[in-house]
Amino acid sequence: MIRVVLPFHLRNLAKVTGEVTLEVSGQVSMRSILDALEARYPVLQGTIRDHGSIKRRPLIRFFVCEQDWSYEDPEAPLPEAVASGREPFFVVGAIAGG
Amino acid sequence: MSSVRVLVGTRKGAFVIESDGKRQKWNVNGPFFGGWELYHLKGSPVDPNRIYASQSSSWFGQKIQRSDDGGKTWNPVGDKFAYDGTPGTHQWYDGTPHPWEFKRVWHLEPSVTDPDTVYAGVEDAAFFRSTDGGQSWHELPGLRDQQGAKWMPGAGGMGLHTILIDQNNPNRIFIAISAAGAFRSEDGGNSWKIITKGLHSQYIPDPTAEIGHCVHRICMHKDKPNTLFMQKHWDVLRTDDAGDNWREVSGNLPTDFGFCIDVHAHEPETVYVVPIKSDSEHYPMDGALRVYRSKTGGNDWEPMTKGLPQENCFVNVLRDAMAVDTLDDCGIYFGTTGGQVYCSSDGGDNWSPIVRDLPAVLSVEVQTLP
Repeated sequence: MIRVVLPFHLRNLAKVTGEVTLEVSGQVSMRSILDALEARYPVLQGTIRDHGSIKRRPLIRFFVCEQDWSYEDPEAPLPEAVASGREPFFVVGAIAGG
Repeated sequence: MSSVRVLVGTRKGAFVIESDGKRQKWNVNGPFFGGWELYHLKGSPVDPNRIYASQSSSWFGQKIQRSDDGGKTWNPVGDKFAYDGTPGTHQWYDGTPHPWEFKRVWHLEPSVTDPDTVYAGVEDAAFFRSTDGGQSWHELPGLRDQQGAKWMPGAGGMGLHTILIDQNNPNRIFIAISAAGAFRSEDGGNSWKIITKGLHSQYIPDPTAEIGHCVHRICMHKDKPNTLFMQKHWDVLRTDDAGDNWREVSGNLPTDFGFCIDVHAHEPETVYVVPIKSDSEHYPMDGALRVYRSKTGGNDWEPMTKGLPQENCFVNVLRDAMAVDTLDDCGIYFGTTGGQVYCSSDGGDNWSPIVRDLPAVLSVEVQTLP
């Protein structure tokens, strides 16, 4: 079971509280997690990754085991701690604006 | 007894504000979508309980929300705004070619005949239509054939911010785009004509060019669809031939810079603007918030001040932040970047705030309910 922590506005949009847990089949990567997340909550399509290109939106960051994975290959396997559910996968909104 | 519902979009959410026809006591509901920018909300003239809202965020992109119960509850609908084909480029600020990129929906205009049909004006400027209640969106690309490669954003972005549908002939549509100009379609948005003859803008290399005029807002009275009024970056103008020719009617305005403009619901020659000091100082002159009214279709303007702050007021009133109701005593409404929404229930003579301390107001629309 994969654990995902979403920022406030995306939790509201998806109408969830706390962490989201997902079943991800096959290799656990950022892409497979986000595919599963958007399949479960279609309203999140376009909010983390752009429609069409599915590239990370500029003010979104991904954190894994206290490391910034935002610029890593989306297909790269994530650490076992995330794949096993010991550590969550963080979707973070950049701290900016007023 | 009739009532009114005021739809307010702000920098940090949406508000639905209701009153009976007296317009003295107001019930403020919201914020909806707190923390998001709500560029615009508008209800269907066919089904007033059907309301569309543009919810956007620099972080999380564009969402479109729809209410089918008059703004009590909302559900997200479609938000994929893909340009038709390969959109090519427009000009960037430095004059170099820049690819068309969708940023947000500035304006939503429901059809006058079908609640499931709604038009969207977006940034980078393009014209979209949904015929399934907002679930899917398709660009009508003919607009960008009108010298789109020459369009260049202004400081506020290259947004398509005004959509006017002729209620007597819904195939006739007018739109306006910041720093590009104004356009008219006679076939429901498939093909367009540039309508900027008579506009004069000193800030572009050729002041009378077809493209490049920063139109801030256009308005129309439903009974005189060939007459349009325009608040341009500078200048207030009118046309009486559906945009083929414009003439300036700034007249005795103390400054003719501004953003919003609207027409009285029952008097097609009564027009309202909120003069702003200049394009460098976006607040009222002398710190006094004044609506100017012309009962002669322009040129002769009188300041409306009763109930409005007349000192130390340095707010702006943005392009989509003025609206009118259709009650017998026409109500005029506008919202400020200071978070106040004002109403005059007597055509502009007297004003009072219906709410004072919202986030910066981006848009105001009013529904007159039976």
